[in-house]
Amino acid sequence: MSTPTTSFGREAAAAIARSKNEPAWLIEWREAAADLAGKLELPKPEKMPLQRWTLDQYGTNRPGNVVTSVADLPATITSLLPQADKGALIVQHNSSVVYTRLSDELKTQGVVLSSLEEAARTHEDLLRKHFMTLYAKDEHKLAALHAALWNGGVFLYVPKNVVIEEPIQALLFADDAEATFMPHILVIADQHSGVSFVEQVATTLQASEATLLHNSAVEVFAKPGAQVRYASVHHMDESAVDIAYRRAHLDNDSRVEWIIGDLHNGNTVTDTKSILKGNGSTSDSKIISIGKGSQRMSITTQAVHYGRSSESDMITRAVMKEEATAIINGITKIEHGATKANGQQTEKVLMLSPKARGDANPILLIDEDDVKAGHAASVGQVNPDQVYYLMSRGITRQEAERLIIHGFLDPVVSEIPLEGLREQLHRILERKLG
Amino acid sequence: MSTQFEIRGLKATIEDKEILKGIDLKINGGEVHAIMGPNGTGKSTLASALMGHPKYEVTEGEVELNGEDVLEMAVDERARAGMFLAMQYPSEITGVTNADFLRSAINARRGEGNEISLIKFVRQMESKMKQLEMNPEFMHRYLNEGFSGGEKKRNEILQMMLLEPKLVILDEIDSGLDIDALRIVAEGVNAMRAEDRSFLIITHYQRLLNYIKPDFVHVMMQGRIVKSGGPELAQRLEAEGYDWVKEELGIVDETVGQA
Repeated sequence: MSTPTTSFGREAAAAIARSKNEPAWLIEWREAAADLAGKLELPKPEKMPLQRWTLDQYGTNRPGNVVTSVADLPATITSLLPQADKGALIVQHNSSVVYTRLSDELKTQGVVLSSLEEAARTHEDLLRKHFMTLYAKDEHKLAALHAALWNGGVFLYVPKNVVIEEPIQALLFADDAEATFMPHILVIADQHSGVSFVEQVATTLQASEATLLHNSAVEVFAKPGAQVRYASVHHMDESAVDIAYRRAHLDNDSRVEWIIGDLHNGNTVTDTKSILKGNGSTSDSKIISIGKGSQRMSITTQAVHYGRSSESDMITRAVMKEEATAIINGITKIEHGATKANGQQTEKVLMLSPKARGDANPILLIDEDDVKAGHAASVGQVNPDQVYYLMSRGITRQEAERLIIHGFLDPVVSEIPLEGLREQLHRILERKLG
Repeated sequence: MSTQFEIRGLKATIEDKEILKGIDLKINGGEVHAIMGPNGTGKSTLASALMGHPKYEVTEGEVELNGEDVLEMAVDERARAGMFLAMQYPSEITGVTNADFLRSAINARRGEGNEISLIKFVRQMESKMKQLEMNPEFMHRYLNEGFSGGEKKRNEILQMMLLEPKLVILDEIDSGLDIDALRIVAEGVNAMRAEDRSFLIITHYQRLLNYIKPDFVHVMMQGRIVKSGGPELAQRLEAEGYDWVKEELGIVDETVGQA
């Protein structure tokens, strides 16, 4: 057993990169990021100090076993795949990608699906033009750490005018708390292309001294006219920490939809941001979360409007149990010049325990006159009139409350584009809501 | 068995204000009773108190359905015992579809191991919706969410038809209905009239009673039933209003519990 890695510098970052035979530019890049990580401060999410979180255990490089067929994956992994036998699929196990499947038909059309590590060799130009341009390595310490240590990862490129019907599945999975587990997902949807990407982050961790740090990032580029639907469900074990920075960049007339289940069982920071650069671009974010035990969660959605007539809608719904805390932030920013922009947001928190805490903080920052913007936020308990109504039809109190709580989350659940994952999500909700 | 429903000396308060001041009413199987009265006389309170709304506290009296003590039962038990209240303001519940809700309600009544099959349920729901001239898409809409006033009322009647209760209480089912919707709702109710089913219809207006013929009509004022009669009483109230009743009984202010 090695002890958890708690410090590293440019040499350590470079050594890992060299051991994986990464190109020189990337090694240099990681070195620079490692330097930054030593200097920068942790991010400061609203009302959620991170100083006392275990964020300094980076793990060591523990690549999984590469396999050539789904059947050879460990059962713990296949049992998590909502649709194991068909469609495009990529699987990361601990520190590396172990399986990728893409049909010949899609390959012929020019679609690329690979680990990000591989893309650094095969698609250097494309990668360097996009990688960590939306989530910069000097944003804060966690971003720099991610830049220095990211591993495995997903690279998806959809060429011009190619519309992929079947959702592309990614599973990011860890069963070793001492592994470095920092995937980076990069999706580039070229002009007028269309794709649904379905990502799942899960663990089956044994009891361990180590804290698994899932320090991850997603960057989505929707080129003019492209349509991207990004669905994500995170449900790791309580001992892990979930850090997920998600960013989308939207060109003219493009559309990005985020459909997210932030259902991790331990401490969580997520930040899901759409940057609406293009005129007529639209983004839609739907996020659900459940807090239980003593977990602490910071869940932020953001939309930044630059494009004229750009539109954003953000909905976050969270159910808080026991002694959990969630700080839910919605930030709509409309820049000067984004005329006719429309930014809407709603945060709703359902409190199931007097000891739970849920804060909803809607923020509108508007530097343009000719726009529409709106927000709604509420924090409350299960509505007794609704319970009475259901009971008056013979439904027991317990079942009535269950229906209302699940119903509260349904507007997001029902949008998940892959039926298998939707069913899996129902099971996760059932388990977490208890 | 023919339904027997009896209320004896029922008193109820809301926030410590007494609204029901002693109600006595006996309804036999197959009978339709109408309770009429001006606003603020306690009619809706009676409906809510009978169903067990948590805001109302019953302070005195007894209510029996087929010999069972209704007031001892929780709201869901009253429903499973055969009571149904079509509400004046039904709740909207996001995320719970009309179909899921109704199936849960039917299965709650049938009990574990005796659940209705999905196919049978869908067939029943579709046929009743057709009868009520409801758009089939309402099956999969969230419960009452975004329904118009009239659509909500039809949805209440749909629930009544599928749940086949023994005692039906209709609380102002006619409010907010246009004449076509009123006819459809009334036909739905009439189709449910049976020897073993009783109705208590609460309404402001006599017009509903043109479509659903009551056997007995009661007038409520000041939290009590002050006058009872046959269908001709409703007609006289429609023609002459309530003033003659007040005069006859020496009532100045007919309301109860108003600030």
